[in-house]
Amino acid sequence: MRWDARAWAWLLIGGPIALFSLWAIVDNTRLYFVTLLNGLTLASLYFIVASGFTLVFGLMRNVNLAHGSLYLLGGYVGFYVAERTGWWVLAIAAGFLAAAIAGLLIQVLILRRMQGEDLRQTMVTIGLSIVIADLLLWAFTAQVHQMEAPQWLQGPIRNLPLIKAYSAYRLSLLVFGVAIGVFLWWLLTRTTVGAMIRAGVDDRQMLAASGVNVNLVFAVTFMLGAGLAGLGGVIGAVELSMVPGEDTRLLLASLIVVIVGGMGSVVGAALGAVILGLAETYGLAYAPTYSVVFTFVILILVLAFRPRGILGRPA
Amino acid sequence: MSAAPWRRSMNGGLRGPTAAGAAPPLAAVVVTSQGKPDVRGAAGDAPAGFRRSWQHLRAHHVLVGVLLLVLPFVATPFMTFQVAAQSLVLGLIALSLTFLGGYGGMVSLAQMSVAGMAGYAVAILGVSSTEVSLGWPWWLAVPFAVLIATACATVIGWLSVRTEGIYTIMITLAFGVAFYYLVLQNYTVFNGFQGFQKVYPPQLLGIDWRDPRPFYFLSLFWALAGYLAVKWLVRTPFGVALQGVRDNPRRMAALGFHVVAHRVAAYAVAGAIAAVGGVLLVWYNGLISPGSVNTGWQINILVIAVLGGMRHPIGAFLGAAVFVLLQTFAIDVIDRERFNLVIGVVFLAIVLFSPDGLLGLWAKLRSRFGPNRTVIPPPTRH
Repeated sequence: MRWDARAWAWLLIGGPIALFSLWAIVDNTRLYFVTLLNGLTLASLYFIVASGFTLVFGLMRNVNLAHGSLYLLGGYVGFYVAERTGWWVLAIAAGFLAAAIAGLLIQVLILRRMQGEDLRQTMVTIGLSIVIADLLLWAFTAQVHQMEAPQWLQGPIRNLPLIKAYSAYRLSLLVFGVAIGVFLWWLLTRTTVGAMIRAGVDDRQMLAASGVNVNLVFAVTFMLGAGLAGLGGVIGAVELSMVPGEDTRLLLASLIVVIVGGMGSVVGAALGAVILGLAETYGLAYAPTYSVVFTFVILILVLAFRPRGILGRPA
Repeated sequence: MSAAPWRRSMNGGLRGPTAAGAAPPLAAVVVTSQGKPDVRGAAGDAPAGFRRSWQHLRAHHVLVGVLLLVLPFVATPFMTFQVAAQSLVLGLIALSLTFLGGYGGMVSLAQMSVAGMAGYAVAILGVSSTEVSLGWPWWLAVPFAVLIATACATVIGWLSVRTEGIYTIMITLAFGVAFYYLVLQNYTVFNGFQGFQKVYPPQLLGIDWRDPRPFYFLSLFWALAGYLAVKWLVRTPFGVALQGVRDNPRRMAALGFHVVAHRVAAYAVAGAIAAVGGVLLVWYNGLISPGSVNTGWQINILVIAVLGGMRHPIGAFLGAAVFVLLQTFAIDVIDRERFNLVIGVVFLAIVLFSPDGLLGLWAKLRSRFGPNRTVIPPPTRH
């Protein structure tokens, strides 16, 4: 009987998607596959940003609403480093570091003082996001900053099957997303730090009782999460331009990704990112006025049937 | 998540009697019917009727009442309209959050969106300078707007109470931002980026209700209505049960209370309050556009509610007054562009140093310097 319900769910969700795909492939093969790639590349950017968010949430039960601001901070720092030195790789490192240090300061100076007070911590991050957003606006003005892709990633890749040509940079986003996903998987499942983080997600107090310096684990995780936002900022600065307001957009994306995927789960973040990325790009390509509505419908459906997200577990 | 940390963060451990758990609120249900409601240690209106509330009328109530009535005749039209009326309207919207957060334990960031829905509904159904508007008369458009917004708030509530505690803030934020993008991108119904202009209150009884004085009294009436409604509601059996749900949902469920129903009902009530505020806000601004419901404003409502303090309905209006005064006069001292920085820093300072807002600060000062040092005094009313 359980199997039956599952099959029905698959049929109800998968059926229309399969039908749509069939129609779209027959109608315009290239558009369909280009949109698919666009969706997946956008998803990998979302994944990079949201994985940091979900890591922090999973371990500390801390909804860091300044995550979008950290994304923007990383992007701006990366932009200026790239402009000064001309090294894109350096820009990525700088963006990661800038956001990570900002995150560390937030964690150590402010959030640590109110451990366990979830709501208050969240409100502090809201206040921080207002302040950081305004400071960034002050420092970098409201001008649109657009970063250039590094030389070796500029221009399209030609002679691809089905879609003919595709932007090399966008394809590299996919590689980035997968690489970071693999790195996180390795970190979380194969290293001692990862074991500590996972143990902390399951039971903070027990971890502390077994002699682990929980504060250190928290600080490292928060740094990593914030750094991932900054890294996403640098990567996203080429594809999406940097302008005040992008922080909200990425924050919303992170929120939806972790709500849909399941809060605190990195695999869930990947799943949520793919769903959101595909829904957004297919919505934009096939029904521009309603693309937001699609996202919204997905959010509502998930909340209605799986309140904790697709891969979420009880808190 | 257990309810204990949530409760602590909401109340800062200041509320002695109910902090013990759900038992006192429950006892209060019994006591209430005997006409001695004193859960929060504050003298208040009995649900038995407003007759009783006259007994609790204090000098400061009369003083504030007289001040509020005299204000528009003394102050400049600018002060009356831009400062006082705006504070009342924003306070009303923040009041819905105070009710939801302070008494229901659910901090929703979607209250501005609910207000925006009502505002949009008034603009779409009623009269504006945009073609999309249907041009209904105000007495039809306004009730419908409030109804639609309340219904939406109920749906938002129903969806977000499926998860608990800290998740609420994320989910409601997501709803709010999604609504912002919806009105921004949809042109057929919401007229996209431009929104609706020239949405004015009706000319009724020969009075232009957008003139400073009439609009001030209109706002004052609804603000007072909302304030009294919340004060009355939190002492009804429903309100007391809601506070029980806030303090310990599991125990309330074990006692046979329908936790989800209480929470959704709280969302509906808060939605109705926010909707009235939203209608007033669109009349105040004379327009509504995506900019009125963006994340900044969603968060501003939270800032207002937290600034004043969520322990008492008056906090919302206090916070709104401070917010509007900062908005109006702080920019004279510093750059106009840096208002967000000021409000952000003020908000951070409040959250860091006085989680109960200005009311909490006042209570702290009184407990330190006031006459009775043993008992933590109730939040004051002005």
